[in-house]
Amino acid sequence: MTALSVSPPKITNSIDSEIPSSVFNEEKKFKMIAENVSVYYGNTMGVKNVTMKFPEKSVTALIGPSGCGKTTFLRCLNRMHDMTKNAKVEGKVMLDDIDLYDKSIDPIYHRRKVGMVFQKPNPFPTMSIYDNVVAGLKLNGVKDKRILDEIVEDSLKMAYLWDEVKNDLKKSAIELSGGQQQRLCIARALAIQPEVLLMDEPASALDPIATQKIEETIMELKKEYTIIIVTHNMQQAVRVSDYTGFMYLGELIEFRETKKLFTDPKNELTAKYVQGHFG
Amino acid sequence: MEKNPDAYRKQSVRSDKIFKLAATIAGSFVLVIIALMIFQLISESYPIWESEGLSFIIGTDWNAVEGRESFGALPYIAGTLVTAALAMGIGVPLSIGIAMFISDAPAKIGGPLGFLVELLAAVPSIIYGLWGLLVFRLYFQDWVEKPLHDLFGDSIFLFSGTPFGLDIITASVILAIMIIPTVSSVSREIMKAVPQQQREAAYMLGATKWEMFKLAVFPYSKTGLIGASILGLGRAVGETMAVTMLIGNATGISAFPSSFFKPSQTMSSIIANEFVEASPASLHLPALIGVALILLLIAIVINVIAHLLVTRMMKIKEGAINN
Amino acid sequence: MSTTNEKRQEYRALFKNNVKKRLLVDKIVHIIIFAFVIIAIIPLGSILVEVFKNGITAISYEFLTATPGSIGSGDGGIGPAIQGTLIIIGLASLIGVPIGVMSGIFLSEYGDNRLARNVRFFNDVFMEFPSIVLGIFAFLVIVLILGHFSVWAGAFALALIMFPIVARTTEESLKMVPITYREAGTALGLKKWVITFRIVISAAKSGMITGILLSVSRIGGETAPLIMTILGSSQFFSGLDVPMDALPLRIWRLSLLPYESSQLQGWGAALVLIFIIIGINMAIRYHFANGNGIITRLIKQGVRTKR
Repeated sequence: MTALSVSPPKITNSIDSEIPSSVFNEEKKFKMIAENVSVYYGNTMGVKNVTMKFPEKSVTALIGPSGCGKTTFLRCLNRMHDMTKNAKVEGKVMLDDIDLYDKSIDPIYHRRKVGMVFQKPNPFPTMSIYDNVVAGLKLNGVKDKRILDEIVEDSLKMAYLWDEVKNDLKKSAIELSGGQQQRLCIARALAIQPEVLLMDEPASALDPIATQKIEETIMELKKEYTIIIVTHNMQQAVRVSDYTGFMYLGELIEFRETKKLFTDPKNELTAKYVQGHFG
Repeated sequence: MEKNPDAYRKQSVRSDKIFKLAATIAGSFVLVIIALMIFQLISESYPIWESEGLSFIIGTDWNAVEGRESFGALPYIAGTLVTAALAMGIGVPLSIGIAMFISDAPAKIGGPLGFLVELLAAVPSIIYGLWGLLVFRLYFQDWVEKPLHDLFGDSIFLFSGTPFGLDIITASVILAIMIIPTVSSVSREIMKAVPQQQREAAYMLGATKWEMFKLAVFPYSKTGLIGASILGLGRAVGETMAVTMLIGNATGISAFPSSFFKPSQTMSSIIANEFVEASPASLHLPALIGVALILLLIAIVINVIAHLLVTRMMKIKEGAINN
Repeated sequence: MSTTNEKRQEYRALFKNNVKKRLLVDKIVHIIIFAFVIIAIIPLGSILVEVFKNGITAISYEFLTATPGSIGSGDGGIGPAIQGTLIIIGLASLIGVPIGVMSGIFLSEYGDNRLARNVRFFNDVFMEFPSIVLGIFAFLVIVLILGHFSVWAGAFALALIMFPIVARTTEESLKMVPITYREAGTALGLKKWVITFRIVISAAKSGMITGILLSVSRIGGETAPLIMTILGSSQFFSGLDVPMDALPLRIWRLSLLPYESSQLQGWGAALVLIFIIIGINMAIRYHFANGNGIITRLIKQGVRTKR
């Protein structure tokens, strides 16, 4: 936000009302739908009235300059703001047919269905690799050792970590490198068999090689999962995502298929952002 | 602190040297005092070690009458350790629970509650003693001790004796109340040091609040919480007045803690009770100073361990924030 | 990719439908820890209520100013005790504060070496020394050598409790003063001690005063080290090398007497003591705490809403 090379943009030519219908030409099944979501921190508004639909088995990227509210919005999809003091969320987030913000439903019912990977790798430092992966399963009452072993192997394979750690699953999680830790966190999120995977700049703390591995993982995972990824790296969005939403100052400015958004942006602001005029 | 040593060195004139020397002497004062204190306690208690030897620590007789003098401090050592351990057993779970509640409550509730619990620390020991002696003891005797004694007094030795309110368990409960502010405020700081990302990792997996504490907070802060508890133990070991007023002040073998409902004596309470009457000419005074020496050494060991654990935890915290 | 969608459905089917149970456990734990908070608050409430309720009936002009009457009579007052407590706090501060402040300066301004690390550590450990042992130490080095109980011995023992607290809070407050303040002083060509006293300390003053008041409130209620140093007395202050009375000692004496009138006087003395100590604590939070105390926060909020 500091390096604005355009005059503070006024968002008058609002096209967000037409987004939901216009983005998707073919018939798509939507896994998750956010309707008129707004987030307030005290009196300031972090996310303003965002409506977005996330198609099943695809990767949707959220891009925008830092502070634009993309992470804030992502956290709404998992009710992570419940723990933030003085944050308030308005609007609806539908997962299949359930509204996550229905007051009568405790968030832990659906956090199992919506996995999340954070910006910094955050494995449980006192636990082994194995215990990290099964932590969520144990909460859900899975105790059968054979099943646990099977899921650990599957999850680590899906996160492309299995080959590197299969011989020392009892090793402490903090002995892994940063990239390995992040893939462990992906495996931990996958182990609870979620339906949607939220990723908050999962590669921002990693080196290029680790980043590449994570991106490969994402490409594989989208065959089965609905993935929503926040990134500040536009190349990454181009590489991994099918759809991209551009956010600015808490508003969703443009939301289209990735290729189209980057090659033929409809909005002047999006055009300036993807051409690197500010960010 | 000195970002630019060269600039300071040029400035370094005599008055600054004197200033630095004065500051260093004042700083070293604490080391000198500790050394001098241990030396004094050893040399002034020397007569008792000479006459009683090891039986001063393992003996149970305590008689100051001239001609029949005999001093064994074991009952008081045991009394101190038992009351402090009981106080820790009662006080630590309470304190950690309070720390959990306050760290988790919205600021509007957590702030005032934290303030109230810290006010407990501001109440002087003597007032706990007064309140314990004239108020708490009576309720505790009627509502807790007598029922327990009636139920288990004949079957379990721990509940035998006469529940009179001036006994080990009353003193321990008061001690427990007294260590709550220390343990809970240190625990709170330690739990605060657990990175938010750790909590979020647990919530992401669908943990409830309690499961989040078990999964993310406790394992991460275990060392520090143990340190906080031991810090509480150290407080309980050194506490004097409230215990002196409530423990019943038995002496000799009868002070040996064998039941919750028996009067006993701790190292600090025997000193408070007998020090002024002890004649410097007899072995009584060296014996009490010997007790003080043992008390000090136990307190030092406990507190060194506690501080090492707590500082280690806080260092981990700094590492976690920076990485 | 080994896992198929079917397989995943299979796994999901294995998950127990245990959310309700877990939420119930969570609720129960929440209730338990809330009960813990109440259990801790009850003694505080009871102490304050009892001290106030019983103490207020004992308070009178005579009680606050007179010497104690004959034992069990319920006559007389705690004048010498109040006077003694004020004197001993003053004397202990006179010894403890300069040492504590200088030690804090050492830790903050020259604190990056092995000696200072040791000092810091043992300072923290010394803070937790049993106060009765400090009393015995004062007895050994002053009372035993002089041959009589003395006010100085008591003040010395209390100063030993005081100075590590002052040192630590001074260090913390001095460290909060930005390094640029010191650099500005150096650039002006000032000597280090001038910089420290004129610039750094005046910037850190409120934190240091907080620490000093904190230590005063701590020693004000100390009893154990006074037993073998100032002994207690029923006369007003008459010199620094004779016994003297103090509130905590007086409370102790009164509470152990089997007469109701004496115990009532004990409550009265306790009320005076708690008034002094809680008063100091409240004052710290009210005026000096740097935004941590609830009262300070309330005041700040008030200011903000007024604006």
